[in-house]
Amino acid sequence: MKAALTLLLLAVLATLPFWLDNAYLLHVVIITGIFIIAAMSLNLLLGFAGQLSLGHVAFFGIGAYASSLAALGFKLTTPFDVTVAPNPVWLSMLAGMLAAGLAGWFIGRLAFKVRGAYFVIVSISFAEVMRLVAVNWLELTQGPMALNNIPPLELFGHAFWKKPENYWLVLAVAVFSYILIRRLVHSRAGRAMIALAENEALATSVGIDVTRYLVLAAVVSAAMAGAAGALYAHYVRIVDPDVFLFVYTVTMVIMVVTGGKGTLAGPVVGGLIFGLLPEGLRAMAIAPEMQWIAYGILMVLVVYFLPVGIVPALRRR
Amino acid sequence: MDQLLQHGLNALMLGGTYALLGIGLTLIFGIMKVVNFTHGELYAFGAYMMYAVVMLLGANFFVALPLAIALGVALGAALELVLLRRLRGADIDTTMLVMIGAWIALQNAEQFAWTGVAKSIDSPFPAAPLVIGPVSVAWNRVFVFFVAIALIALTYALINHTKLGRAMRATFQDRETAALMGVQIGTIHTITFALGSGLAAAAGALLGPVFVAYPSMGDLAAAKAFAIVILGGLGSVPGATVGGFILALVEELGAGYISSGYRDAMGFLLIIVILLFRPTGLFARKERIG
Repeated sequence: MKAALTLLLLAVLATLPFWLDNAYLLHVVIITGIFIIAAMSLNLLLGFAGQLSLGHVAFFGIGAYASSLAALGFKLTTPFDVTVAPNPVWLSMLAGMLAAGLAGWFIGRLAFKVRGAYFVIVSISFAEVMRLVAVNWLELTQGPMALNNIPPLELFGHAFWKKPENYWLVLAVAVFSYILIRRLVHSRAGRAMIALAENEALATSVGIDVTRYLVLAAVVSAAMAGAAGALYAHYVRIVDPDVFLFVYTVTMVIMVVTGGKGTLAGPVVGGLIFGLLPEGLRAMAIAPEMQWIAYGILMVLVVYFLPVGIVPALRRR
Repeated sequence: MDQLLQHGLNALMLGGTYALLGIGLTLIFGIMKVVNFTHGELYAFGAYMMYAVVMLLGANFFVALPLAIALGVALGAALELVLLRRLRGADIDTTMLVMIGAWIALQNAEQFAWTGVAKSIDSPFPAAPLVIGPVSVAWNRVFVFFVAIALIALTYALINHTKLGRAMRATFQDRETAALMGVQIGTIHTITFALGSGLAAAAGALLGPVFVAYPSMGDLAAAKAFAIVILGGLGSVPGATVGGFILALVEELGAGYISSGYRDAMGFLLIIVILLFRPTGLFARKERIG
C-alpha cells in the first residue's frame, strides 16, 4: 500500500510539467523544490542531530557563489594573484558542494565546542559575515551588482535552459537527497546522531564520539544545502548577496519545524506548504509585510499547538 | 595620534548605548534562559516611538524620551505575558523558535506601520560640535552618552541595592531555591523582560535621533547586542557593560584603519574569534550554557 502510494506520488511529480501548463507556476514549484532540498539538509542538523543551526543559508549561499564563480571563471589580484578559467557547470556544482561542505566542517568544528545558545549565535554570525563579504569583496563577487549570466547546467551536450528540464533536475536531486538522508539516518552514524540529540550524556557514556558524528552531520548537511544553492544559481542565473539573508534561514526553519523535525517527510510537507503559500497569499493581494507577519504568528502557533509538526501529528492519529 | 584619540572618543560615546543593549539582553538570558530575538525590535520600537511623539505629536524631545522608554517597558511586559509565560520550563530551542516568530511578526508590523522609508527625528541640540583640543564630538552624542551612563547606573542600583534586585539575582542563581524562598518567579520574569526591553527601547530612543529610524534597524542592533553579550559571557551584567565599550572600540578602529565596509562585520568576527579562544566570554567564570 505504502509502496503503491509512493510510486503514484512519484508518477504525479514526474509528469507535472505535462499537465501544469503555466510557466510561472512551474517556476514557483522549481524554487519550492530547491528550498525543500535546503530544508531537508537543515533537518539533518536540526531534527536528527538536534542542533538549532540558524546560519544555514550560509551554506546555500556559499554553494551558489562558489558554483557560479567556478563556472564563470574569475581573476583576483589581491591578496594574491589567482586566475580561474571557466569550468563546465557539473564540475562547478561539485565545487560549490565542496566549498559548502568545507564551511560546514569549519562551523562544525568551531560550533560544536559550544552548544545551545552559543551555537545558534555563532551560526547566525557566520551567515552574516558571509553576506558582508559578498557585499564588500567587489573584485570577487561584484558586490551588490551581482554575478550575472551564470550558465545553466550542461550534460552530454544538452544545456538546461527550459523550465521543465530544470524541474526534472531539481526533482532528481531532491529524490536523491531524500534517499541519501534516509540511508544515513538508518545507518550506524544516523543512530548515533539521534542518540546524541536525545540524550547526549547517555550517548557519550556508551562510547559515541560526539564531535565526530556532529561534524559528519554538519558536513553532509552543508554540502546538500550547497547543492541546493548551486541549483538555484544555475537556474535563476543571477546571484547577489541577498542569498545570504536571514529570512531564508527562517523560511527553512519554519518548513522543517512545521512539517516535523526529525522526520523524513517533514521538510517535504512543510516545504510544499510554505513554498506554495506565498503564491496563494499573493493571489489574494495581501501585502508582503502581512504575509511575513502571518508567517511569524504561524511559527509561534505551531510551537504552541503542534510542537512536533504536521507529519508526526498525522501519524499518531 | 589625534585620529586615534578621535576614534577613542567616538567609541566611548557609542559604547554607552551598546552597553545598554547588551545589559538588557544579558539580563533576560541570565534570569529567564531566553535568547531574546525580539531585542532588536524593541530597539527599533524605541526609535519609532521617538519619531511618533516628537515628529507626529510635536511633543518636547525631553518628554518624548522617557515616554518612549516607558512604552518599551510596556511592550516588553506584554510580550512576556502573552508569549513566554506559558513556555516557562520549556527547552531553550522552543522558546528560541517562538521568539524568532515574534521577531519576524514585529519587524514586519513596523514596516507595515511606518513604511520602508527611513524617518529622521529632530533633536534640540546645536549642530556645531563640542571641540576639545584636537578632537570634537557632536552635542547630541554627548547627551546620548550621559543618559546611557545614567541608565546603566540606575540598572546597577536596582540589581544590587533593592529587594527586587535581590530576588532577580536569586532567580539567576537558582530558580527552584528562589521559588522555595518565596520569590514570585513569574513576576520576576515579567519584570526582567520588561526591564531588558526598556533598556533596548532606551538605546533606540537615544540613537534614533542621532541616525534615522528604519524598519530593519533592529537586526543590526540585535546582532551587536549578541556580540556584546558573548564578549562579556552570557548572563554577566558587568561583562555586557565592558563588552559594549569594547565592541564600539573594535568597530571604530576597524572602520578607521581596516575598511569601513566591514564595520558591521567586526562584531560577528569578534564573536567567532572569542568563541574559538575563550568560549565562556572574556569575563564569565560560570560554566557555559548548553
